[in-house]
Amino acid sequence: MLTALLVMSGIALVLGAVLGFSAIKFRVEGNPLVDKIDAILPQIQCGQCGYPGCRPYAEAIAAGEADINRCPPGGEEGIRKLADLLGVEFKPFGGGTVQKPKAVAFIDENLCIGCTLCTQACPVDAIAGAAKQMHTIIAPVCTGCELCVAPCPVNCISMVVIEEKITTWKWKYPVYPLAPVK
Amino acid sequence: MRTLYQFHGGVHPPTNKTQSTRTPIAPAPLPGKLVIPFHQHVGNMARPLVKAGDRVLKGQLIGMPEDGVSSAVHASTSGTISSIGMEVVAHASGLPDLCAILIPDGKEEWVTHTGMDYRAAASADVRLALRLAGVVGLGGAVFPSDQKLRSGKHKIKSLVLNGAECEPYITCDDMLMRERATEIIRGAEIMRFMLDAEEVLIGIEDNKPEAIAAMRQAAAASDDKMEVIVVPTIYPSGGAKQLMRILTGIEVATGVRSTEKGLQCFNVATALGIYRALRFGEPMLSRIVTVTGNVRNAQNFEVLIGTPVNELVALADPLPDTNLYIMGGPMMGVPLPSAQVSVVKATNCIIAASDKLFPPPPPALPCIRCTRCADVCPADLQPQELFWFAQSKNFGKAQEYSLFDCIECGACNYVCPSHIPLVQYYRFAKSEIRALEHEQTAADLARERYEFRQSRIERDKQERAEKLAQKEMAARQPAATPEAAPDNSAQSHIQAAAERAREQAATARPKNIDALTPQQQAEIAEIEARRAKAREMAHPDAGRPKE
Repeated sequence: MLTALLVMSGIALVLGAVLGFSAIKFRVEGNPLVDKIDAILPQIQCGQCGYPGCRPYAEAIAAGEADINRCPPGGEEGIRKLADLLGVEFKPFGGGTVQKPKAVAFIDENLCIGCTLCTQACPVDAIAGAAKQMHTIIAPVCTGCELCVAPCPVNCISMVVIEEKITTWKWKYPVYPLAPVK
Repeated sequence: MRTLYQFHGGVHPPTNKTQSTRTPIAPAPLPGKLVIPFHQHVGNMARPLVKAGDRVLKGQLIGMPEDGVSSAVHASTSGTISSIGMEVVAHASGLPDLCAILIPDGKEEWVTHTGMDYRAAASADVRLALRLAGVVGLGGAVFPSDQKLRSGKHKIKSLVLNGAECEPYITCDDMLMRERATEIIRGAEIMRFMLDAEEVLIGIEDNKPEAIAAMRQAAAASDDKMEVIVVPTIYPSGGAKQLMRILTGIEVATGVRSTEKGLQCFNVATALGIYRALRFGEPMLSRIVTVTGNVRNAQNFEVLIGTPVNELVALADPLPDTNLYIMGGPMMGVPLPSAQVSVVKATNCIIAASDKLFPPPPPALPCIRCTRCADVCPADLQPQELFWFAQSKNFGKAQEYSLFDCIECGACNYVCPSHIPLVQYYRFAKSEIRALEHEQTAADLARERYEFRQSRIERDKQERAEKLAQKEMAARQPAATPEAAPDNSAQSHIQAAAERAREQAATARPKNIDALTPQQQAEIAEIEARRAKAREMAHPDAGRPKE
């Protein structure tokens, strides 16, 4: 009887020590699911989801606090990928969500007064300029999040839709007549 | 006798080449206007150097190659630039691109140009000369030739000159080889010298006996080791990888460059362009274009780059039922968005098409997985699988099946018993994958910048908190004796700065006052006098302004 007790508690102690050790040694920093969700999000950093960026939104989804249909720039394709990853049902966008074509911000340099409010708002540092100096958008890194538009006191920022150019043109999905099935 | 090798698959479409080889190459007359796109090559668009209203000479540089892979653009004749703007160009998209519109003055006045001795000059200088002469591959890929003539870390054994011209209807290389073989061989000598290749292999399909004879004669006169090799007529033997395979038996694998295998391939017309650019300093201003199909007089023309297609086609007398123009051949060509677009460096052939000549394909049937397409695929792919993945937008799987090895030759389309437009699917999938990759890199960049910004804000906050803590510490400590403490007041800082400025002003001497011309001295004296006068007017009471 005593032997059995000793053996069992011995095993329990050893296993407990192993588990305790590996919990410290192989500790995972952060939630790996957050990284996977973050990789699907389009990184526009627009905050339309109600969180201050894509990463915080990913964290909220991983924690089960946010729905997967809150990211308009990601499109329905994005929702589908998130649903696949998380093993949940696809959920269409709620009412009032408008998907806009891709755009970049444009500063009318004649109107800019150099207040730096937009540089503070830009989540990806895509605006160059200093206090009382003219500002300008670094277009290749602008994500088109529109966060700079509202803070501008002189309304000199507008969104310019990126038009299809020869270099960005895509071949369309083939459409051709099919023979009727008899 | 050289052993020839075979590539996998291939088809034998009717060649239809005799129509346009009956008459020699004719120079196309000067058109009413030239529309010269700034982006005719692979790589970055050339930067316009001219503006509306400028008079330009024939051969004048009007588009400067921008960094990296790019090429120059020239005025094809002398005249006036009437405007620079967006015009529809010869591209399947039908979208406009930046073009210069040149109104010829008919004088054909050349810009001063001289050739160079490529053997004496440094390789980099020769390549720069080719870049500025706008020499690009005329076989269809329009890749800047200077990039391909870099003798890199790999030893080039064989330089392959591509005169196969396997695509039906097209005869521009055939006629060029018949008429200008010596110049092509001179160009091949230049390329062989620059790449330090051991031998030059010239591959020509056996349906061009005149071209073979002319090239053999010209090659025999060369000091270099050159061999004209007759290859059997099979489509697509003119693909670079396919021709290299036929001539040397070497198969260039996915993701491997042919130079790593000791091979480099050029089109015959490119060789001619390189020769003319280096021997005479003539930039690439014209090219040979086959005009054929639904026309009365199919023929090859030497056409200035920028000539509108409708003016060119009119020379061949198109039949009234022509409803479409195709740039390239019937297998790989793209329908032109309008007849107003201009001939560019990639335009090797214009086919006037009608429903009678190319009847629309019958309605498509489902894929029955007969794998006839796999039998003919020259890239050894599984087109039926690729079709399946592209159709279901399963792009990851399509890439696993080496979609990007597809050369879009159209052999699979040609044999498909269900008449499925397979190549359209591959083009669609390729451009979707490229766009997705582009989006992914943009997202990664945005993520990186966002995270950097977050960490910077965090760091700033921390630094500010530390500074504040330090200040508070300093304030809490009992103040030291006032004599010993350094004078930190604002007043003393200002004083010190003012003193420093005064010292500097005393020691500094004005610059640029040595070795002045008398004229400059006179100017200075005049300005000084004016200043003195102004001072006097400002302070009429003061005798002399204090200095």
